[in-house]
Amino acid sequence: MSPELAGVLQLLALIAALALAHRPLGDHMARVYSSDRHLRVEKWIYRAIGANPSAEMRWPAYLRGVLAFSGVGVLFLYLLQRSQGMLPGSLGFASIDPDQAFNTAASFVANTNWQSYSGEQAMGHVVQTGGLAVQNFVSAAVGMAVAVALVRGFARTRTGELGNFWADLVRGVVRILVPIAVLGALVLVACGAIQNFAGIHEVGQFVGGSQQWNGGAVASQEVIKELGTNGGGYFNANSAHPFENPNPFSNLFEVFLILLIPFTLTRTFGKMVGSVRQGYAILGTMAVIWIAFTALMLWTEFAGRGPAFEAAGGAMEGKETRFGIGASAIFSVATTLTSTGAVNSFHSSNTGFGGGLNLLGMQLGEIAPGGVGSGLYGMLIMAIVAVFIAGLMVGRTPEYLGKKIGTREIKFAACYILITPALVLGFTAAAMALDTPADSMTNSGAHGFSEILYAYTSGANNNGSAFAGLNADTQWFNSTIGIAMLLGRFLPMVFVLALAGSLAEQRPIPATAGTLRTEKPLFTGLVVGTVLIVTGLTYFPALALGPLAEGLAA
Amino acid sequence: MNNSAVNTARLIGAGLRALIVLTVLCGVLYPLAVTGVAQALFPDRANGSEIKDSTGRVVGSELIGQRYDLPLRKGEETPAPDLRWFQPRPSNGLGENSVNTQYKLILSGATNRAGDNSELLQWVKDAKAAVVRDNSTADFTVKPSDVPADAVTSSGSGLDPHISPRYADLQAHRIAERNHLDVQRVRELVDQHTEGRSLGFMGEPRVNVLQLNIALKELTARS
Repeated sequence: MSPELAGVLQLLALIAALALAHRPLGDHMARVYSSDRHLRVEKWIYRAIGANPSAEMRWPAYLRGVLAFSGVGVLFLYLLQRSQGMLPGSLGFASIDPDQAFNTAASFVANTNWQSYSGEQAMGHVVQTGGLAVQNFVSAAVGMAVAVALVRGFARTRTGELGNFWADLVRGVVRILVPIAVLGALVLVACGAIQNFAGIHEVGQFVGGSQQWNGGAVASQEVIKELGTNGGGYFNANSAHPFENPNPFSNLFEVFLILLIPFTLTRTFGKMVGSVRQGYAILGTMAVIWIAFTALMLWTEFAGRGPAFEAAGGAMEGKETRFGIGASAIFSVATTLTSTGAVNSFHSSNTGFGGGLNLLGMQLGEIAPGGVGSGLYGMLIMAIVAVFIAGLMVGRTPEYLGKKIGTREIKFAACYILITPALVLGFTAAAMALDTPADSMTNSGAHGFSEILYAYTSGANNNGSAFAGLNADTQWFNSTIGIAMLLGRFLPMVFVLALAGSLAEQRPIPATAGTLRTEKPLFTGLVVGTVLIVTGLTYFPALALGPLAEGLAA
Repeated sequence: MNNSAVNTARLIGAGLRALIVLTVLCGVLYPLAVTGVAQALFPDRANGSEIKDSTGRVVGSELIGQRYDLPLRKGEETPAPDLRWFQPRPSNGLGENSVNTQYKLILSGATNRAGDNSELLQWVKDAKAAVVRDNSTADFTVKPSDVPADAVTSSGSGLDPHISPRYADLQAHRIAERNHLDVQRVRELVDQHTEGRSLGFMGEPRVNVLQLNIALKELTARS
């Protein structure tokens, strides 16, 4: 079998597995977020929090819950890293410097997991397992909660009430993330991922001498890193490290985990708004973009253009033998079209066009299928813009799911869309204009520019992957990327929740013969076009300076 | 004014309590439970898949690549490969820890060099020349076009435990000559240690270098 065919078969197997899980998990999640019952363990948790899980919140209250919980999370994770040197069970590792501790705390709370440190040499068991891995769970649950609040905005009428943030947060963790994580972690251990609390381990070598590795709760962190579309590796090499991703099966399983919740939430959405076909239209949009990107990535990586790759006889730099080019290409698209940012091959050593696809994937706003929760609400914003454009074309007041898309709604959607490009392009321009940030580049010329563009794209879109040649552990990059991650995560949430509140207050409009049918393939095509045009126009000039210049020169 | 300050404090208190409870659940109970089950069901794998040679000495992990080099001689910057053993892929991105230097940890990583990076191009060219030179024997000449890509590129982790079957096969003549073995016998050894794609289509075929070298050592000891 040729490697190309094996790559295509792996993609097909992935699609089949996702399709099998779609209905049962999507329906389960819809029940989780609609149920009136509280599990006993949840009741204990609510009592500890001191919250009434049945109290409905309007959007400002819901937002305050999100911000309070996340703000406390940043502070807690910062202090945990700053005091690592004094904490037992930390392998005697030193405390993290203030700028890097801020960057890492912002990164994990914002579901980005950009890492300016190398896990194996910097973070001990307590910070990894008790700090970083916890944010992997809860930052994902926050994203899902905000998405569900927006869905309720569509589903509910003549009320400003969007549900209870604490209940949505706790249910997401207890009923969705933890059960899948337990099973998934054991699958990964069975493949060979390590799971222990051993210290630094010295092992003999074949020709003499020894190697030193750290032990750790790797499998349990790896699984939620993918499932929660977080992406922060236990080790520096992330999912290319054999202890995180031991074999081709674990690799495909990890890609499955990355895509599982983002794709499946479209079913949950369909169920909650009372029309699964509306969910399928959104799913179709996501799937078209994802499959097209994967096909293009497979093509360019197998073609392997670029002087060094042509001299080597293939683009295997930064790729593992056990995965090869096919499984690496599939992983790199899944991770940049979601907000994951885990890598099983190093994107900086992708072909010029391949690296450009990684960049563009993030610049689409990570909505195909996007991060857990953030993918769904991002795509629904795009659907609103598409409805608005269609409304302009036929001269009708646009409506979506029985709700009028008026001035207020479209303003919120526009603000949402403008935030990330403003952060990405503004910070990239500043870094290029200043003298010292460019010293961090490993590669020069077009690829060097791409390293910096990639860093801010990854940060502001909450991805976390890198053109890792860039030395990002400087005060400038730690601070500015940290700010970009926080603003890129929480400002859009403000507009999503405001939009949800505004939609929930409306009276439903009955569908007429003139209503745009948003459950049809035509609408899917319209949304795909909107996504590509909106981001293409925004980022095209910057892309032309970086990956396009590099790709055309090769 | 006073009222809103009280409300804010109450909200932050709720956030803090929620974080603490969820930290206990996701950061203590969950990893401990998974570790317990993993250690009971798969103790070998959960602790790093170590392998022993025929004498019972631990010689590394099945999953972590290592170097097969001669001892460093005076005047050399990097040790020369020990050509009696199968050689792994280059690992130019691998490092050693720069913080917490009381340890000598392996720092996994890639080179992060782009396809048009001149340094990477030079590494590839040098590696290719070395592979051709080292593996050509009296009655076998390696052509540059026979050298597979994995032989001259660094992996993502720098710890790739595998090489492609093609690269293993390419080394068979040299291994046979240096160890006074029959080429056919060495090729059989490579075949026995070649792992196909998982379930026939996942990943790529590969050979585990450490396991292959352990088997080679046993073979040379017997003959």
